[in-house]
Amino acid sequence: MKPAAFDYEKPRSLDAAVKLLATSDGAAKVIAGGQSLTPVLNFRLAQPSLLVDVRGLPELAGVKEEADAIVLGATTTHAQIEDGRVPDPTNGLLRRVARGIAYRAVRNRGTLGGSLAHADPAADWLNVMALLDAEVLVHGTKGGRRVRASELANGPLSTVLADDEIITGVRVPKLSSAAKWSYYKVNRKPGEFAEAIGAFVIDPVRKLARGLIGATEAAPHPIADASALLPRFDDAIGRAAVSAAGFEAGTYEIQVHLGALRRAAQQVNA
Amino acid sequence: MKTIALTVNGKRVSGNIEPRTNLADFLREQLHLTGTNIGCEHGVCGACTLEIDGAPARSCITFAVACDGAAVRTIEGLEHDAVMVQLREAFTAEHALQCGYCTPGMLMTAHDIVSRLPDADEARVREELSGNLCRCTGYVGIVRAIRRVQALRHK
Repeated sequence: MKPAAFDYEKPRSLDAAVKLLATSDGAAKVIAGGQSLTPVLNFRLAQPSLLVDVRGLPELAGVKEEADAIVLGATTTHAQIEDGRVPDPTNGLLRRVARGIAYRAVRNRGTLGGSLAHADPAADWLNVMALLDAEVLVHGTKGGRRVRASELANGPLSTVLADDEIITGVRVPKLSSAAKWSYYKVNRKPGEFAEAIGAFVIDPVRKLARGLIGATEAAPHPIADASALLPRFDDAIGRAAVSAAGFEAGTYEIQVHLGALRRAAQQVNA
Repeated sequence: MKTIALTVNGKRVSGNIEPRTNLADFLREQLHLTGTNIGCEHGVCGACTLEIDGAPARSCITFAVACDGAAVRTIEGLEHDAVMVQLREAFTAEHALQCGYCTPGMLMTAHDIVSRLPDADEARVREELSGNLCRCTGYVGIVRAIRRVQALRHK
């Protein structure tokens, strides 16, 4: 289908973009690569009156290295991460996940910040950044703030961002070279949104053993201390974790999420 | 309406468009470049795949207005491209199409696979092709055609 009509602006600075959003009364949408938003516009599920294109904004591009983290600009594309054109502070997790996002033609335009702002519960970055306890950097009329990635989504396709706030980057904590990770997606076909995601990251140097139940009904469900599920996966503890993520006993959903979590646990030990 | 200026298949072009016009519709309706097909219009079937600034992209989920200043290459622009000539011959030899609707997008993706991943094995070729749907062939001939061109280019 064709989208409903909208206006389009391409501001030259982050402040100008924020101003456009602030004066649009919630009727504007931010667009970068457009790979999540445009399908929604084409289906007319969203009918904004204005698109604010932030793709070329210098404030959203590039990479910054900090002592214990890497800050990836919001307009970093999935393909840039896949190809290693930006540093991966996670011992290869980001690169591997990037390769599994949709298809190459989509990854060439789709952005890290755009995927997070779209907040599809099954989207890879929303879940991976929650697993890593990354922080999402946000800028609005009142200035900048940081949001924990696990607290960004407050429902399916919904975030805690105000109407005038734009994601500018993601602060990804560095893992040590001894870190191990796993990321198990249940997909009917490569490139589709996952039906279930299970993931773990273990870092002996940072004394970290985190898990994640992803592709839930709303926000990702990180497990801050997953040591009870490792190295031997305990089915009863796993089932309790999946229940805590919002799935009801006896349903297909609990089975498929438990399966993904169990396989992720087996992979991280392998 | 917005005015855009871009390069399409090496030629400077401009157009007046509504912001909601996708790149595929702009190419087909204003420039009469009908080689790019539109299938699903939400980025999953791959029929509309073309190149923007040297990288494959979906023209059904890319607005023309966002391509101001870009360099676009469509299937028409690859007529004499060495890899594309080999791919076309291989698609014919391996019966890699029947109705032909997916073929322009398949060829654009195949071009990317052969160029970017010359050593991809069959499993990787199939993974990379997962974003291009073909309802006729069952993919066997398409995968063979791409493998054939990979082998030719390794000689």
